Amino acid sequence: MAKKVALLQGNEACAHGAVYAGCTFFGGYPITPSTEVAEVMSVELPKIGGAFIQMEDEIAAMASILGGALTGAKAMTATSGPGMSLKQELLGYACIAEIPCVIINVMRGGPSTGMPTGPSQSDVLQARWGTHGDHPAIALAPSSCQEIFSETVRAFNLAEKYRMPVQVVFDEIVGHMRERIEFPEPGELEIIDRTEPTVAPEDYKPYDTQFGDVAPLAAFGSEYRYHVTGLNKAEDGFPTTKAELVDAEQRRQIRKIEDARADIESNEEYQTEDAEVIVLAYGSTARSGRYAVDRLREEGVKAGLFRPITLWPFPEKRVQELAKQTKGIIVPEMNLGQMVLEVERVVARDCAVELIGRVDGEPITPTQIMDKVKEVL
Amino acid sequence: MAYDYEKNIRPGKLPHIWCPGCGHGIAMKGLIRAMDTCGLDKNNTAMVSGIGCASRLPGYMDYCTLHTAHGRAAAFATGIKMAKPEMNVICVGGDGDGVAIGGNHFIHACRRNIDMTYVVFNNYIYGMTGGQFSPTTPTGDKASTTPYGNPDPTFDISKLAIGAGATFVARTTAFHATQIDKLIVQGIKHKGMAVIEVLDDCPTTYGRRNRFRSVVDMMKRLKDIAVPVAAAGKMSPEQLEGKVLTGVLHQEDRPEYCEQYTEVIKRAQAQSE
Amino acid sequence: MAERYEVRFSGAGGQGLITAGIILAQAAAIVEGKHAVQSQSYGPEARGGASKSEVIISDAPIDYPKATLVDACLAMTQVAADKYSDTIKAGGLLLLDDDLVKEDPKGDFKIYRMPITNTAKNEIGREIVANVVAMGAMVALTGIVSKEAGEKAVLDRVPEAFKELNQKAYAAGYDKMKALMD
Repeated sequence: MAKKVALLQGNEACAHGAVYAGCTFFGGYPITPSTEVAEVMSVELPKIGGAFIQMEDEIAAMASILGGALTGAKAMTATSGPGMSLKQELLGYACIAEIPCVIINVMRGGPSTGMPTGPSQSDVLQARWGTHGDHPAIALAPSSCQEIFSETVRAFNLAEKYRMPVQVVFDEIVGHMRERIEFPEPGELEIIDRTEPTVAPEDYKPYDTQFGDVAPLAAFGSEYRYHVTGLNKAEDGFPTTKAELVDAEQRRQIRKIEDARADIESNEEYQTEDAEVIVLAYGSTARSGRYAVDRLREEGVKAGLFRPITLWPFPEKRVQELAKQTKGIIVPEMNLGQMVLEVERVVARDCAVELIGRVDGEPITPTQIMDKVKEVL
Repeated sequence: MAYDYEKNIRPGKLPHIWCPGCGHGIAMKGLIRAMDTCGLDKNNTAMVSGIGCASRLPGYMDYCTLHTAHGRAAAFATGIKMAKPEMNVICVGGDGDGVAIGGNHFIHACRRNIDMTYVVFNNYIYGMTGGQFSPTTPTGDKASTTPYGNPDPTFDISKLAIGAGATFVARTTAFHATQIDKLIVQGIKHKGMAVIEVLDDCPTTYGRRNRFRSVVDMMKRLKDIAVPVAAAGKMSPEQLEGKVLTGVLHQEDRPEYCEQYTEVIKRAQAQSE
Repeated sequence: MAERYEVRFSGAGGQGLITAGIILAQAAAIVEGKHAVQSQSYGPEARGGASKSEVIISDAPIDYPKATLVDACLAMTQVAADKYSDTIKAGGLLLLDDDLVKEDPKGDFKIYRMPITNTAKNEIGREIVANVVAMGAMVALTGIVSKEAGEKAVLDRVPEAFKELNQKAYAAGYDKMKALMD
């Protein structure tokens, strides 16, 4: 049988990807340019007996998905910059309490209200460092409608596997453009479900380290009763101020992601083998980058593209390797220099690093990238 | 009637953090009696709170307990109830948590008429942070951030709940200990958003800055200001000056939110067939 | 390198130009199985303001999703005609709504004029289908998708009760454009 195909916006593909991944709870608040995600979820979730709720504000939307997730549901919200700023408080809560959930951020200009219908990539450091305190972060940056579908599925998988919030960040261009989507058949993409506890209810500890760095999470309403708090807590979930317990818990959370980099990181490389200059780009900007690389190759310039799909944790080892074999890395991004800071940090002095920053609400064009490549060579 | 307090709590988590003379313990015992009376299934009941002294309560209770962020109890609780409507949901929190930083969540939970019971411990102050004025601190009173007297008008939490659409609203005080559980029982049994406001006292950060020389004085005040709804009807406006109505203040039948959403599911499934 | 073909529908918010772009993309990507990307930009207003919808069509995967130099452009307001004509490829095509665009923009492109809005209003009977008339005309003008693919895409995207109306509008736009080109 032929696969179901459709012409969908990135935002619509995101919602369908969530349903494919097993999402049954969505809490949202209207904000441009992400609203189509909520709109499609409001159509699809009741059909499968799931729940869609439009909450009173962005913070409440985030709170509702954490409540929903604690009952065992796969839960998601979607927003844009101003809403993401408001959600930081409870993103931190999801981090410390280790509650799996997926947050979609369709990026627009900023700070503040910024340019609601203009594309931007200026929340990529917020995705890493937006909430206060130390915590790990996973952020995925798809660059096509099909990839938004599959990366949303992967976001749920990572959220459930590593028991933490996962962000999918993409710019307004990919969120609003329409492309042909092929719907994967059930079973075609891997679906990871939450690990449930097997111990006796009286022995259950929500942060039990005997199972490694990621403890099974029981659902509210099951036979397991436990406590969840935003305070620093011990393995049993209850608050503690004991120095050694707080330190162990905080370090365990960082470690669980550092040790899993190989599983979480994903990149696409295009013509990097012999590249003298590498364009490191993500989201829609990577599409400009690839277009530019093709044209540069036609002109005899050895250019390549490195596209991190996982922005956080940043694929630092691979970028370090590439830096040793190339003359320069060019980082085009629709902000005034965010991921370029991470590139500079990991590359050190092994090659030149150049930013192409743009914040006028217009996309970075292939021509801009080609000009910069020639300048570096 | 004998109540089984032990069965409902986590004995290992006591003593609680509350100061001697604090009314929260009285209110908590009332809540436990109510939950015991209703025979709630502990596995199937979530207790949700925000931040503040009162919000530490769920940690002491042997239920599915969720100590959320400041003001967010009603929003987390809404998520739990929507995702698992068969669960009983009880929110607990203070005045600042519930109607200042959490005010938006509180009024919208009332508007939706979602089936949960929200018990507000109103002690007129931000106690945990050392006694700053809250939206219920009486105008003119002293708090650590109103050294010259509080210029702010106050919220009447019960009226706010009624105005926002809660379908069961009741009020009592920590002095009227036995009424606490009776009203909470009614709230738990009510289908829809039930708000029970318990006026209590904070001798440590409110009483000592104002006209109260002892906890007994604060309790006397609660006794004096309380007027049962039935009695109020026979009193003149002059007699009611400075008084607070207690008992069931409002009760109505209105469609409950999760039931409404069940209808949405039916319509969606009918349309997609 | 695969050939990119770029089409732009421009005018004011409320004229249905984004929908016209979506239908063309549907015809190319779903009906004909080509590669297509549709994107748009618009102001905050739901009605009025400037609006444009772009469709890139190719027989290979499309990287850069926005227009570079467009092969064919539709302008349904004078403002759109003036604003977007300088990004038409040399020797490209520009279709103007004769009812709403009074002055021809200057440049190296071939201009066609067609009474799009009046055709919808007077011949089909509903001004609201002007975008489908325009879509039919653009299919005829560019030949980038077949007449049948365009029609199927129109029918796929409109509710049952409006299928006949839209079918007529599409055919009128297509036929009038063909006549103009002969």
